[in-house]
Amino acid sequence: MNKQSNVYTVIYIIIMVVVVGVALAFTAMSLKDRQNDNVAADKMRQIISSLRLAPQQDVKAQFAQVITDQYLVNSQGERIDGDAFAVNIANEIKKPAAERQLPVYEAHLADGSLKYIIPVYGAGLWGPIWGYVALDDDASTIYGAFFNHEGETPGLGAEITKDAFSSQFQGKQMFKNGELLPVAVVKAGQAPTNGADYVDGISGGTITSKGVSAMLADCFAPYNAFLQSIRNK
Amino acid sequence: MAEKIKNKTVFFNPFSKNNPVIVQILGICSALSVTAKLEPAIVMGLSVIAVLAFSNVIISLIRNTIPTSIRIIVQLVVVAGLVIIVSELLKAYAYDVSLQLSVFIGLIITNCILMGRLEAFAMANRPWPSFLDGVGNGVGYTIILVIVAFFRELLGCGTLLGFQVVPNCFYQAGYVNNGLMILPPMALIVVACIIWVHRSYNKDLQEN
Repeated sequence: MNKQSNVYTVIYIIIMVVVVGVALAFTAMSLKDRQNDNVAADKMRQIISSLRLAPQQDVKAQFAQVITDQYLVNSQGERIDGDAFAVNIANEIKKPAAERQLPVYEAHLADGSLKYIIPVYGAGLWGPIWGYVALDDDASTIYGAFFNHEGETPGLGAEITKDAFSSQFQGKQMFKNGELLPVAVVKAGQAPTNGADYVDGISGGTITSKGVSAMLADCFAPYNAFLQSIRNK
Repeated sequence: MAEKIKNKTVFFNPFSKNNPVIVQILGICSALSVTAKLEPAIVMGLSVIAVLAFSNVIISLIRNTIPTSIRIIVQLVVVAGLVIIVSELLKAYAYDVSLQLSVFIGLIITNCILMGRLEAFAMANRPWPSFLDGVGNGVGYTIILVIVAFFRELLGCGTLLGFQVVPNCFYQAGYVNNGLMILPPMALIVVACIIWVHRSYNKDLQEN
């Protein structure tokens, strides 16, 4: 058969596409469950990290033990139905604040103290950044924070995942004089003009640092009513 | 016997005399982006070795059936398919590694070394030499990546693989990390320095 003929070429392409397509579809289908499992376990690991705990090997058991309650609230601070863990923050963030489903995780640490964990999601320089912020039971003091990213520059923006960055948030206040004023990330040596608490950004990672700042502001705003209701308890 | 010697050259030549990065100047784009730290550079190097070796073998196996007019497309489909399968497997069985690799997976597909080796070697050679050629070129690429990343992380952050190696007393004495080393332009300059040193040792590579 003439290997340079059009018929051969077309048949070759069709066979190739079918073979590769089947191979990829088969791989994706057969690995789906394991992958989802890993994604869920990784999410649990990140949530646990925000509590300043080291994730253990059996992260599911640890999660079940530490996280005592998880629920969704709306922007009025009322509880709504739904599975908090299954909510995709990336989709929620695109909706107007009033329509968002806002997940809240309640954790009880070994010393019996209650923490509220709020997930946050925003944009860095190259792609999405996200994190989990754990608040003390006064709904204002940050107990711990965990940030992660998809593709920030190693050594620069990617440093937001490091303890050196996230531990700066510990003890900062989300409320000032009864008003929600999320912690800002600013250039070292500067301070935000609105009087909010602040931490130092990463030199060379300016856009990512600003992204973290904007992410905290955007994602905490809809929680205002919920956090106020805890504070008024 | 003749074949043995040939296999040896095929495998070891890309380490130095015919290095894909510093002699053929291929794959510079990824050499810039992943060498700010040592760890991603090593992971990227290993993934390129794997993908390059297997795509070389696959293309070599089907080289006699590929119509010339669409050979580049076929090569690209094989590489892209392979990279996706590797990435899916990593997500299922080595999730931590796949998180590290997330951005680099795409970079492997566009790595010019892959297309270069498929077109120049695998299309004309049997599977076993093609495999050796793939591994050899992958290793040659990794060596350069590791050297560049070593200097960039050491001078830019004072760490190696995340561990602090520049002692604290240096910083107290006024030593400051060179932030410029982390930025992409310095990778080019480090690569250029390597080429300079390499060529001064290998006089036959110098142009008149």
